[in-house]
Amino acid sequence: MLHYFLRRLAALVPVLFLISIFVFLFIHALPGDPARLLAGEAATQEEVESVRKALKLDRPLLTQYVDFLKNLATGDLGTSLRTGEPVSAMIARAFMPTFWLSVCALAWSLLFGLVAGVISAVRRGSPGDHAGMFLSVSGISMPNFWLGLLLMQFFSVNLGWVGTSGFDEPSDLILPSITLGAGVAAVMARFTRSAVIDVAREDFIRTARAKGLREKVVIWKHALRNALIPVVTMAGLQFGFLLGGSIVVEKVFRWPGLGSLLLDAINFRDYAVVQAEIMLFSLQFLLINLAVDMLYGFINPAIRYK
Amino acid sequence: MALASDTSPVVPKEKTARSPFSEFRRRFVTRRAALASGFFLLLMLAMALIAPWILPFGPDEFDYRNTLSGPSALHWAGTDEFGRDIFARILNGAKLSMFIGFLSVTIGAVIGVVAGLLAGYYGGWLDSIVMRISDVLFAFPGILLAIGIVAILGAGLTNVIIAVAVFSVPAFARIVRSGTLGLKETTYVEAARAAGAPNAIIMFRHILPGVLGAVIVYFTMRIGTSILTATSLSFIGLGVEPSVAEWGAMLSTGREYMLAGKWHLTFFPGLAIFLTVLCFNILGDGLRDALDPKLDDN
Repeated sequence: MLHYFLRRLAALVPVLFLISIFVFLFIHALPGDPARLLAGEAATQEEVESVRKALKLDRPLLTQYVDFLKNLATGDLGTSLRTGEPVSAMIARAFMPTFWLSVCALAWSLLFGLVAGVISAVRRGSPGDHAGMFLSVSGISMPNFWLGLLLMQFFSVNLGWVGTSGFDEPSDLILPSITLGAGVAAVMARFTRSAVIDVAREDFIRTARAKGLREKVVIWKHALRNALIPVVTMAGLQFGFLLGGSIVVEKVFRWPGLGSLLLDAINFRDYAVVQAEIMLFSLQFLLINLAVDMLYGFINPAIRYK
Repeated sequence: MALASDTSPVVPKEKTARSPFSEFRRRFVTRRAALASGFFLLLMLAMALIAPWILPFGPDEFDYRNTLSGPSALHWAGTDEFGRDIFARILNGAKLSMFIGFLSVTIGAVIGVVAGLLAGYYGGWLDSIVMRISDVLFAFPGILLAIGIVAILGAGLTNVIIAVAVFSVPAFARIVRSGTLGLKETTYVEAARAAGAPNAIIMFRHILPGVLGAVIVYFTMRIGTSILTATSLSFIGLGVEPSVAEWGAMLSTGREYMLAGKWHLTFFPGLAIFLTVLCFNILGDGLRDALDPKLDDN
């Protein structure tokens, strides 16, 4: 198991390397000149050139890329073109708000989706099942920025229960994490339902019932455990969507997280920040996929890896 | 009763032969929700297309004496900060969103289907390359990939279409590849090969029809997702110009006035996105049930 884990971890390096090349090349193809942006509209051509020299943007692309990799290896993500602040410090500051937002969203949506999905599967065909599945399709189709605005309208503007934007106290987490998790909850409910229905047709479920186990034990222990493999895969995929979705939700709630940082950086052509952020988002996504693969082994002993 | 049925010979009910299409229609029509969704989408598209001739207001007509007014008999969804009729703007947005959705998914589907067919049929290094690229594309969550692409190419309608098309490609490639892997081992493909049919004919005439059902279902569902992504891009300021009558852009500017109590600026455009995407998803579900012979009727 450990051996497998290490091998998979090592396999991430070439993928990250590939992504770093893509990201670097793409970002340097961005329209707009950062040296011009920084020097200001009124600056003369000489002033722009001196800014370019100071930022080392005048050197060949390959040299810049090698520098970028060297710095990356030592944990130096460069300095922001806009604020002159180290990128690592900016990311460190924005990381925790996004982390809490994602964790809260994932926690409620997984739990809710799993339970709703199992109940729907057990009561298959009942009015409750139909209502639940309609809600689920609605959740999948709901633009999360609209949901966020509706919640804000009702709970912040009309009722005044929570603030409309920013992250100053824990209660500020409530509306953004509901918004961010809604789509995931909907997908998970739908997916768990069909996974449990599939498993319920298996012989071992009939055996479990035949030997007189209580229905609760049959469903929650035997059926759910075996339905969990596809469900965990789906949950891992959802985490990736959550990372992307958080950018939009952060914009709705003016959340001081990684998403807002990325959008600001894109608008200002802040290469260093965009580069670092996309690398970070990719790394997170790859690590989550790895974690999901490792989880399989724990859930189902039959597929422990050699 | 029981005795009677025991003694009478079992006569199977004669099944009338149905063509695949009439079978499809029978299954599809029984799913009323899907039918209603398809009807709603057609109705909205039709209204959007004839709007210029039936609505008293254009989507970009200013009326400074009548700004930010709520829904009324004259302005069904109210007016925005420039006094523009929101209902007219929503219909214009419908036209735009459907256009973006159809075009981007079509581009993504064509590239993905060809790549998937080639990868599945020839296998080997071609398969490795196609799957490796789609793995890398998959490593980026859709919206993140789209944001990255628009960040590189710049904001604007064309680039949004390209961004949304690119992130549709890997999914189509995977579906078609796995279908092709199964179909290329079938007897009829082997027979075609034995009869000397060229590879291109085998791929497009014999294998493609077999995977087309899955492609159509996915195509329909993907349009909903694409509309969501495109409106999200506009909402975060990376899509169309903020002044364009597009759903995401309308929500983005409406947010400012919502805090001042003007709910209708965000409510109606959002409702339009929601209903449109919902209908595409329900339609896709219905198509899947109708096209997938493995599923039971109940």
